[in-house]
Amino acid sequence: MKIGVLALQGAFHEHIKMLNQLGVEAVEVRLPADLDGLSGLIIPGGESTTIGKLAVIYKLMEPLRAFAAKKAVWGTCAGMIFMAKDIGIDQPLLGIMDIIVERNAFGRQVDSFETALNIDGLSGDKPFPAIFIRAPRLVEAQAGTQIISTLEDGTAVAAKQGNWLVTSFHPELTGDDRMHQMFIDMAQAMNE
Amino acid sequence: MSDVNGSNGSTGGVGSFKVKAGLAQMLKGGVIMDVVTPEQAVIAEEAGACAVMALERVPADIRRDGGVARMSDPDMIKGIIEAVSIPVMAKARIGHFVEAQILEAIGVDYIDESEVLTPADEEYHIYKHDYKVPFVCGCRNLGEALRRIGEGAAMIRTKGEAGTGDVVHAVWHARTVLSDIRKLQGMPTEEVMTFAKEIGAPFELVMQTRELGRLPVVNFAAGGIATPADAALLMQIGVDGVFVGSGIFKSGDPAKRARAIVEATTHYNNPEILAKVSENLGEAMVGINVSSLPTEEQLSTRGW
Repeated sequence: MKIGVLALQGAFHEHIKMLNQLGVEAVEVRLPADLDGLSGLIIPGGESTTIGKLAVIYKLMEPLRAFAAKKAVWGTCAGMIFMAKDIGIDQPLLGIMDIIVERNAFGRQVDSFETALNIDGLSGDKPFPAIFIRAPRLVEAQAGTQIISTLEDGTAVAAKQGNWLVTSFHPELTGDDRMHQMFIDMAQAMNE
Repeated sequence: MSDVNGSNGSTGGVGSFKVKAGLAQMLKGGVIMDVVTPEQAVIAEEAGACAVMALERVPADIRRDGGVARMSDPDMIKGIIEAVSIPVMAKARIGHFVEAQILEAIGVDYIDESEVLTPADEEYHIYKHDYKVPFVCGCRNLGEALRRIGEGAAMIRTKGEAGTGDVVHAVWHARTVLSDIRKLQGMPTEEVMTFAKEIGAPFELVMQTRELGRLPVVNFAAGGIATPADAALLMQIGVDGVFVGSGIFKSGDPAKRARAIVEATTHYNNPEILAKVSENLGEAMVGINVSSLPTEEQLSTRGW
């Protein structure tokens, strides 16, 4: 099984390293042809405006939407923004998931934080070490979207809808590979 | 690096080294552009910059004007923060920890303790662990990079020679850091302490670099990058991203050149795309040949 990581800008190497550690081959995706033969795709953290503009220029928007219709896709941070239907401001979005997302929802970099989260469906008892960097939050999700983690104040920070996964935080910056294993399992299930 | 602890909350671990270094990881593969007005910041964001550096004068003008170069007016930086959604960086003078306190107070996302400004201290840099806001610092070699990381820098950039449009020192400094790391990895363990002493770097960070095979934080290139090919050159040499200072807004068609440099940084390994984005960019900035600059006019010699 091969999983792609959108490599237009951002923390794509970190995801590739994590996938490799779990024994999965990972491929950098920069052009539409790079999607061929992949079983899943991760859209990494980075600047969502940069990623969106480059996706438009290199004609990736429709191929990414077509890919997402059949395969597992996971967006972390900027990736979650890029997958959302609506973020309240005008920038290129894939709009594949029925969620409304707010960018920089916790403030600027000086407000970035680490915390431990309970996540539904995650293996093991230990909470997950979550790193939030100028992070977005889920404002609203349509029926059919399952919120799988919230902060203590109820803010939704991770969700699943069919073969799609989004997280406000950055599992690729931690030493904990359980979220990546969860996504690999989702990609595997779509392939069967 | 701090530990993650506590149950689900929203305020734990604010300003930890992990979140400071983490923002730099989100900038990787991207271009950080110098801007002097909110209008330029919008052009940079539109072109796909992953962050902007807010300053009053780009390095080429600082070089031309001479005199003392200081932190920019906080009101001008706030105007740029309000104009864009991407991270905003700003420069403090080397060792000027009060300028850093001011920049943290107005909410910049990264502070560049920069040799482009006139140093405020000729012996000591800022102790950067004391801040919630992350710092990026310049270096010319591995020892300088690890001293800055030891002081708390969460991101490194090789210095190059700012305001010249001549890429030669950017290449030299990036190559020096990378070849220092290769040398470190090739030596037996018993030689590492003496190597650390020779380069003037903390032993633990030298050992960490040896294990990782790279700097422990993100490393961008800076100083003299003026064309898409320059950006791709540095990316192929092995840096994580690029700063472009005077190269964009001192050129004939800033918006077009900015976008071309962004595309070249993403597709740095694809010569067909590099050829295409390099076409018809208009005038590049007027360059200064670095080898014609006397040492005392080379900004990269500032930093200790």
